[in-house]
Amino acid sequence: MTGRSNALPTQEMTINMGPQHPSTHGVLRVILTTDGEVVTRAVPDVGYLHRGLEKIGERVTYAQFMPFTDRLDYLAAMNCNCAWAWAVEKLAKIEVPERAEFLRVIVSELNRISSHLIAFGSYTADMGAFTPFLYAIREREQVNDLFEMLCGNRLTYNYARVGGVSGDAPPGFLEKTKEFLDYFEPKLDEYNNLISYNKIFVHRLSNVAVIPAEEAIAYGLTGPNLRGSGVPFDLRKDEPYSVYPKFDFKVCVGTGERGTLGDCFDRYMVRINEMRESIKIVRQAVAQIPDGPVLAKVPRVFKPPVGETYFRSECPRGETGIYLISDGSANPYRLKIRTGSFVAMNIFEKVTRGLMIADVVAVIGSLDIILPEIDR
Amino acid sequence: MEAQAIFDKLKGKFGDAVVEMQGEGFSPAFVVVAPSSVKEVSRFLKEDPDLSFDVLMCLSGVDYKEKFAVAYHLHSLKHRHAIGLKAMLPRENPSLPTVDDVWPGANFHEREAFDLFGIVFEGSKDLRRILLPEDWEGHPLRKDYKYPDFYHGIKV
Amino acid sequence: MSSDPAHGQPPANGSAPSPGLGPEAQVMVGNADLFVNWARKSSLWYLLFATACCGIELMQAGASRYDMDRFGAVFRATPRQADLMLVAGTITHKMAERVKRLYDQMPEPKYVIAMGSCANTGGPFYKDSYCVVKGVDLIIPVDVYIPGCPPRPEALIDGIMKLQKIIMKRKNYGAKA
Repeated sequence: MTGRSNALPTQEMTINMGPQHPSTHGVLRVILTTDGEVVTRAVPDVGYLHRGLEKIGERVTYAQFMPFTDRLDYLAAMNCNCAWAWAVEKLAKIEVPERAEFLRVIVSELNRISSHLIAFGSYTADMGAFTPFLYAIREREQVNDLFEMLCGNRLTYNYARVGGVSGDAPPGFLEKTKEFLDYFEPKLDEYNNLISYNKIFVHRLSNVAVIPAEEAIAYGLTGPNLRGSGVPFDLRKDEPYSVYPKFDFKVCVGTGERGTLGDCFDRYMVRINEMRESIKIVRQAVAQIPDGPVLAKVPRVFKPPVGETYFRSECPRGETGIYLISDGSANPYRLKIRTGSFVAMNIFEKVTRGLMIADVVAVIGSLDIILPEIDR
Repeated sequence: MEAQAIFDKLKGKFGDAVVEMQGEGFSPAFVVVAPSSVKEVSRFLKEDPDLSFDVLMCLSGVDYKEKFAVAYHLHSLKHRHAIGLKAMLPRENPSLPTVDDVWPGANFHEREAFDLFGIVFEGSKDLRRILLPEDWEGHPLRKDYKYPDFYHGIKV
Repeated sequence: MSSDPAHGQPPANGSAPSPGLGPEAQVMVGNADLFVNWARKSSLWYLLFATACCGIELMQAGASRYDMDRFGAVFRATPRQADLMLVAGTITHKMAERVKRLYDQMPEPKYVIAMGSCANTGGPFYKDSYCVVKGVDLIIPVDVYIPGCPPRPEALIDGIMKLQKIIMKRKNYGAKA
């Protein structure tokens, strides 16, 4: 390789991997400076979906902001809804009924499964295998049916409320959830047989974009990206919130099974294994859910006390931290949402140096970014 | 370690640069420091073995009506404790040293604070607008921001 | 092997087919517009332009359950091979210039469907956001608007079928009336 480049003088090209691209998981623009096929510099240019959610948050009330959290990470909308509800409840010290907390955990974990399904399906589609995407969507449609039964919408649910959830589970919901889990659990083995250990897929993913553990911590990576580098930190186990202490599940870490620890394959396998753990959690939650009300009494014009709080919850793409400042009025004074995808873009430039253009696609897929989380 | 103990340790080491502690009604508690000493305090917080705050969870700009502030939320994986750090800045030409050599993950957060508030981070390796177009005028998240009427001919 | 014109065989004695043609007769009469429009509506190749949440409904509409491939609509990644642009998602001011550029890169005849509230009028970000374009029709001409936030895949398919009706009505090889 070096012999060839010494023989013929080459120039660096600047290529635009533009906002509209089938593999960038949204409107991400990457400005690639390449020497032939090898990337010397890949600078991400974000902001094509900046809708000003933080400014909107200052002009609407706490309850009116709930539908906007759906659009923050639309593949895991339940997680974002619940994160906002938990943050406001932490600020105002509201007691949530237990049945509501169980329902929140059930929908959060089901949404984690459906979000990882899309991550898995679109990642394999980016690598060139289109079939697993259709399998993943087939399963995701069943989860969409469950959510439609619960709250009426397939994608942007607006289900959690400050103080609980908007409606109780209709009769038959818990049985249908159990049926879905029984149907879905063997599918994970089917996916592993289909694509996960396929020689070409493993070859494209292993030893690509290795992120060692210290670097992952220094750059602030969270969620499956951090656990793929071997750091066993999961907010649901280490700083538990809601009713997570009642459930028994494992924290999935990358093991470097097909390459170096912290490469793309590890992050991919962490997501597949997390789906298995989520199934376990939902089974336990459905078995233990108590009866009772689902919404606490919150005043109609809700004014929390003056103060500042920072609450973080484990969303499928990392931890979603909400820094909320209240000045005693009905609107938030300042709200800052810190998402896992935003910090994952931070490390993007460092990790893509020296890779080939096709590997850049693999890196974007393995960090599992989604643009509204980055741009808000 | 408790927030009060962390505050006392910082006060003992840095003296007047550590201004006050905001504990009541703030979760996690905040240690307010002078803007010029942010880099030394951050480095001490990261490298001291009893504190070892190796994760910068969040860096945000805040517009309190008389002044700006930059709020840092820090977490330690080893000791599992969290603290907040705050630096108050004047409204005209707000600027303070960057922390992206202490925590490399601060770069994107600082760019966002610069974009939406206009806070300049001295010494940053890359400070440009990140979320808004390059030729946008103004800093939207300031409390006195007026929405423009047109941008490139399209009504805002 | 009868020499029955209704089964597509020429009559044995070489005379013209009888005037009362049966249902299997393989003759169609129409003007050229009918065939051109029929071909255009049955192979609408759409540009994969998914900005935000509506993009996921678009993907799900093209995937397993609500298969859009049966209408002949496959997705293309490049505008130069697409004739339908499904604007799915919020368009911000930073993105507006690129939308116009993509629209200009599509060859004629081209159609635009604005999918979802954000593409129709700015959506939930209409009132308070400072950087959302209030409707994609401020940038490019739109043929069909599909309401919803996000619209269900059935609504998207309904919108495509309305576009197919619009295409069938065009005259003079698709010149806009």
